[in-house]
Amino acid sequence: MSAAHDDHHHGPAKGISRWLFTTNHKDIGSLYLWFSFAMFLLGGTFAMVIRAELFQPGLQLVDPNFFNQMTTMHGLIMVFGAVMPAFVGLANWMIPMMIGAPDMALPRMNNWSFWILPFAFAMLSSTLLMESGAPNFGWTFYAPLSTTYAPSSVTFFIFAVHIMGASSIMGAINIIATVLNMRAPGMTLMKMPLFVWTWLITAYLLIAVMPVLAGAVTMMLFDIHFGTSFFNAAGGGDPVLFQHVFWFFGHPEVYIMILPAFGVVSAIIPTFARKRLFGYDSMVYATASIAFLSFIVWAHHMFTVGMPIAGELFFMYATMLIAVPTGVKVFNWVATMFRGSMTFETPMLFAIAFVVLFTMGGFTGLMLAITPADFQYHDTYFVVAHFHYVLVPGAVFSIMAAAYYWLPKWTGYMYDERLGKLHFWLSFIGVNVLFFPQHFLGLAGMPRRIPDYALQFADFNWISSIGGFLFGASQLILLFVVIKCIKGGKKATAQVWEGAQGLEWTVASPAPYHTFATPPDPKLIHDQ
Amino acid sequence: MKQAKQNSTKRLVTRLLFTVVGMFGFGFAMVPLYDVICDITGLNGKTGEQVVATQPNENAPLSDRQITVQFLSQNAAGMDWKFSANEAQVKVKPGEVKVVSYHAANPNSYAMIGQAIPSVAPNEAAQYLKKLECFCFQEQPLEAGETVDMGIRFFIDESIPEHITKLTLSYSLFDITKSSSSATKVTQR
Repeated sequence: MSAAHDDHHHGPAKGISRWLFTTNHKDIGSLYLWFSFAMFLLGGTFAMVIRAELFQPGLQLVDPNFFNQMTTMHGLIMVFGAVMPAFVGLANWMIPMMIGAPDMALPRMNNWSFWILPFAFAMLSSTLLMESGAPNFGWTFYAPLSTTYAPSSVTFFIFAVHIMGASSIMGAINIIATVLNMRAPGMTLMKMPLFVWTWLITAYLLIAVMPVLAGAVTMMLFDIHFGTSFFNAAGGGDPVLFQHVFWFFGHPEVYIMILPAFGVVSAIIPTFARKRLFGYDSMVYATASIAFLSFIVWAHHMFTVGMPIAGELFFMYATMLIAVPTGVKVFNWVATMFRGSMTFETPMLFAIAFVVLFTMGGFTGLMLAITPADFQYHDTYFVVAHFHYVLVPGAVFSIMAAAYYWLPKWTGYMYDERLGKLHFWLSFIGVNVLFFPQHFLGLAGMPRRIPDYALQFADFNWISSIGGFLFGASQLILLFVVIKCIKGGKKATAQVWEGAQGLEWTVASPAPYHTFATPPDPKLIHDQ
Repeated sequence: MKQAKQNSTKRLVTRLLFTVVGMFGFGFAMVPLYDVICDITGLNGKTGEQVVATQPNENAPLSDRQITVQFLSQNAAGMDWKFSANEAQVKVKPGEVKVVSYHAANPNSYAMIGQAIPSVAPNEAAQYLKKLECFCFQEQPLEAGETVDMGIRFFIDESIPEHITKLTLSYSLFDITKSSSSATKVTQR
C-alpha cells in the first residue's frame, strides 16, 4: 500500500474505520467484491445441499421443506447477493478510472449503499434459524405461496428485499450521475469503454424496475398483515397479477445481471486479440435495444397461466426479437477475435468460454420462447439448465474474467497464471458436467424444485451432482489465487497486458488510492 | 466550474429519484390496470360487476341460437362446506334471463362466512355473461349446520360471437371467516 503522503493526498485511514467510513470508490469496490464472494460461497453451499440431496433418488439428507428453503435461499442469495453486488463492485472500481474521474459522483451515498447490504443479507439468512424456517416459496416468491401459505419468516424476507432494492437504486443513481457528470474532458459518450456504456444502461434498468419489485413485496406485506387482497382470490384479488408484477421486474432483472457481463467481455476480448473491438457503435445500440425489449417480454415466463392467443403470440415474437441484438453482439466478439493475434491468459479463457456457453444458454432461451414448446418445458429442469447456462458460465464467468483481468491493477502483482488456468479448466468442465445433463432431465420431464424424483432420472442427476461438487470445490482455487495475488508475486506494469487500451491502464499498478485528481491528458483518450 | 458540476449532479439525482418514486407508483398502478385489461379481454375468465342498466330488451325477439351454460363448483383449500350446483347445465337463448341456484351447507358445529369467486371458460366468453343477481356479490354467512340455496339471475349478451356455443361458469368457495371481520368490504365481482 502506498505510504506517500503530502498536504493534499491522503492515504487510507487505518484499521476498521477505513472500511466503515470510507468514501473511496476503490475501497467500496473492494468491499462489494469481497461481500459478493462471501455470498457466492454461501449460496454455493446451499447449492451443494441441493445437489447432494439430488445425488440419488429418494429422500436422504434433508426433508422436503428444508430442500425448498435451500432452493429459495440459493436463488435469492446468488441473484441479489452474489451477481448484482459483484457488478456494482466492478463498476465502483473501474468506472471512475475508465472515464478519468477522481471518484464516484456521490461518495457518501456510495458508502451507505454498500453498508446496508450486509444487514439485508444477515436478516435474510437469519430466517434459516427461525422456528418457521426460511422462505420456502422459490426465489420468484409467487403468491399465494408467499402470502397465504408462507412461513412467518416471510416478513423478514420482505424487509430484506426492500433494503437490497434501496441499495441497488442508490448504486444505480450513483453510477448514472458519475457517468453523465464526471467524465474527463474529451471523454465523449461514444468514446466511453463498453463496460461503462453497459453499466449506464443497466443503471437505468435498475431505476426502472427495482421500485416495482419494492411495490410487489409491499403488496405482499399488506396482504399478509393488513388484510388487503391484492393477490388473494377470496378477497377479489388475483394471484396471476402477482406474476405480472413480478416478471415486469424479473425480466429486466435478468438483463441487469448480463449487460455488465457484455461490457466486461467487450473489454477483455480486444485486449487479448490485440485488435480494436469490432463494431463498437453497433454494440452500444444492441445493448440499448436489449434493454428496451426487456420491458415488453415479461409474460414469456408465464405462458401457461392462460393468456389470449394474441398475447402469447406477441410475447413469443417480442422475445425472439431479442436474439437479433444479442446475435449482433456475439458476431462482434467473434469478429474481434477473427485474425487477431490471440493469447489465452486466464481472463481470455473465461471470456471465450462466456461467448460459447452464453450463446448456448441463449439458444435454449429461444427454444423456451416458442409458446407451444414452452408448455412442455415449463417448470422442468430444462428451464433450470437454461438460466444456469446464462447466469453461471454467463454472468459469473464474466465476473471471474473481470477479476483476473483487473487483479494486477488492483493489487499491483500478477496472479498465479498456472493456478488461474487450473481454476478455469476445472470450472469449465465442472459447469458443463453440472448443467448440460439438466437439459436432458428437463426434456424427459423432471420438474424443478423437487427433492426426490423418479428412477429414470437417476443417472443424469448423479452426473450433474458430480459436476456440481467439482465446480463448487474449484471456486476455492479462486479464493486462494486472489489472496496469493494480494500478498505478492511478479510486479505488474502499469499497462499489465500487452494489448490493453484505456485510461485505467495509464495509472500505476496498484492503482494509487486517488486517481485522476486532475483530469487525464485528452490525448490519452482514444476513439473506440 | 465545480459548482456548476455539483448543481447539475443535484438536478440529475432529483430527476432520478422522481423516476424511482414514479416507478414505485407504477407497480401499484398495475393493479387497477390489470383489472381493466382483464375486464376488456376476459383474461382469467373474470366476469364483470353486477349489471343494472343493461337490462335485456324484454320485447325483442329472441334469436333461435341456443347456448349451453354449465355450472361448476369447487372448494378452495381449507373450505369444507358442501357446495354444488343445483343444475348441471341449462340451455339459454341470447338475451333470455335465466335463474339457477347453488346449494351450500355448513357441516361444522360453528358459524362460518364463505365467499364465492366466479370464473368463466373460455375466457373470451366472460364478458358476454351478464349477471343481474349473484350470491357471489356478497359474503355468505352460515350458522352451524345451516344450509342455503343461493341464486343467480343472468343472461347472455346478444352480441356473443357465433362460434361460442358452450360456456362454463365456475365458482370457487373460500372460507373468509377470519378476514371478513377485519376486511371492511369484499370487492364485488
